Amino acid sequence: MSNQIPIAEGLFSWPAAKPALLASRCKRCGIAAFPVASSCMACSWQDVEIEELPTRGTLWTWTVQQFMPKSPYKSDETQETFIPYGVGYLELPGGVRVEGRLTENDPQKLQIGMEMEVVFEPYRIESNGDEVISFFFRPV
Amino acid sequence: MDVAIVGIGIHPFGRTPARTGLQQGAYAARLALQDAGVEWRDMQFAFGGSASAGSADALVNELGLTGIPFINVANGCATGGSSLISAYNAIKSGQYDVGMVAGFDKHDRGAFNADPKELGIGQWYGEVGMMMTTQFFAMKIQKYMHDHAISHDTLAKVSEKAFINGSKNPNAWRTKPISVHEIINSTMVNNPLTKFMFCSPAEGGVALILCRADQAKRYTDVPIYLKGATMKSRRFGSFEVFAPSQALQQVDGPTVDASKAAFEMADVGPKDMDIMQLQDTEVGAEIMHMAENGFCEDGEQESLIQQGATHIRGSMPINTDGGCLANGEPIGASGLRQVYENVLQLRGQAGGHQVPDNPKLAYTHVYGAPGISAVTILQR
Repeated sequence: MSNQIPIAEGLFSWPAAKPALLASRCKRCGIAAFPVASSCMACSWQDVEIEELPTRGTLWTWTVQQFMPKSPYKSDETQETFIPYGVGYLELPGGVRVEGRLTENDPQKLQIGMEMEVVFEPYRIESNGDEVISFFFRPV
Repeated sequence: MDVAIVGIGIHPFGRTPARTGLQQGAYAARLALQDAGVEWRDMQFAFGGSASAGSADALVNELGLTGIPFINVANGCATGGSSLISAYNAIKSGQYDVGMVAGFDKHDRGAFNADPKELGIGQWYGEVGMMMTTQFFAMKIQKYMHDHAISHDTLAKVSEKAFINGSKNPNAWRTKPISVHEIINSTMVNNPLTKFMFCSPAEGGVALILCRADQAKRYTDVPIYLKGATMKSRRFGSFEVFAPSQALQQVDGPTVDASKAAFEMADVGPKDMDIMQLQDTEVGAEIMHMAENGFCEDGEQESLIQQGATHIRGSMPINTDGGCLANGEPIGASGLRQVYENVLQLRGQAGGHQVPDNPKLAYTHVYGAPGISAVTILQR
């Protein structure tokens, strides 16, 4: 089995039996932010704690990326193999609205307010064979 | 002491392979000097900006080495607005009598590819394909259409109007009218926005000569007064471009803040404006910026646009030179193009795209990453 590595350290708990996105929450004003920041974007306070975000939420808005982005986009695709992908903000109750790629790219199957869950799946294979894991939002 | 605009110059927008961005800036600068009846050596100061075509202060190599203090300004899409504010303050403070503001650019073809690191965002954000301004605008209008019942047909009508206005403006890039049917059915880029609903990075240059209002008649019979110039960045809770997450509680964005501040500064209101140039990097932006700048309530755009209110001869003419949609967006020059257009309109010199009935007050607005906005109010 190939080695699985997260696309960025500290973005989500990994490896974990039940991985989740990681947020920082300000100990003064209670505001949560993703990804983890060392200070609070709302009040500038530097005392924050890290918590796991809920793994289910509702789709706040969305689009479908129909053309392949230029660098810094880094996937396994070429212009010929590129598959349009959905992007949206998932509202996670009590936390924040997080932007992420959707597993669904059919506009007919995407609707504001629909329920989705956060999943962690292979995104690309590195030249050394490592499988890079990222997070996605999947319709429930 | 008020501040007046007494000279304007523009290099046509679009693609000009024969000239560098800097040369396009110099071309606009010489026209502005000529318009005010002055020479480069008469300029006491300059502010300028360019995002992709080198340093703006290199203009001195083209225009002449006079020892002028030339300060470079870099504020993304608000570069022109920030240069104007700087020039306004330099004159208002009494430090200088007359100076220049210049902006030019020359971008590669295709969508901008921003670097996450420059904005303090992790590389992963770009790697997974979310470092795209087009996605943000698509998601913002998608939500807005859902909440305020804006139709796809209305989206297309914004582009249709832009290309009609562009066809009347000899300095525009896109000068061929395109039908609503063709706009809606062009290639989908980011749902719900199609190819002809977006502007493209482009080239161009603009320069303005500003002076103390009490000396304005030395240079022109029709001085245009800069009554308001403001720039704001985002507050916590506003929904902005390049945001890996956003707060659950939403607050007004920088456009609303900059707009309110400008109206206060000029002591006028949205209903007083005769012409508006609103950032229209895509059609949704123009629609939402109508409400964010106070010109209508959320949702009213549907009937206003369907009735033609935003056309040159409508009740609230918007982007009378074709806007970013018909001119493209050379970042350093784009905000100043709006000011150029308003000066032309207020002087009554806009020719085929002139707004009727001697307009007196005109408004400009730009928006850019990572959540900034700049507004100006001009008065004849």
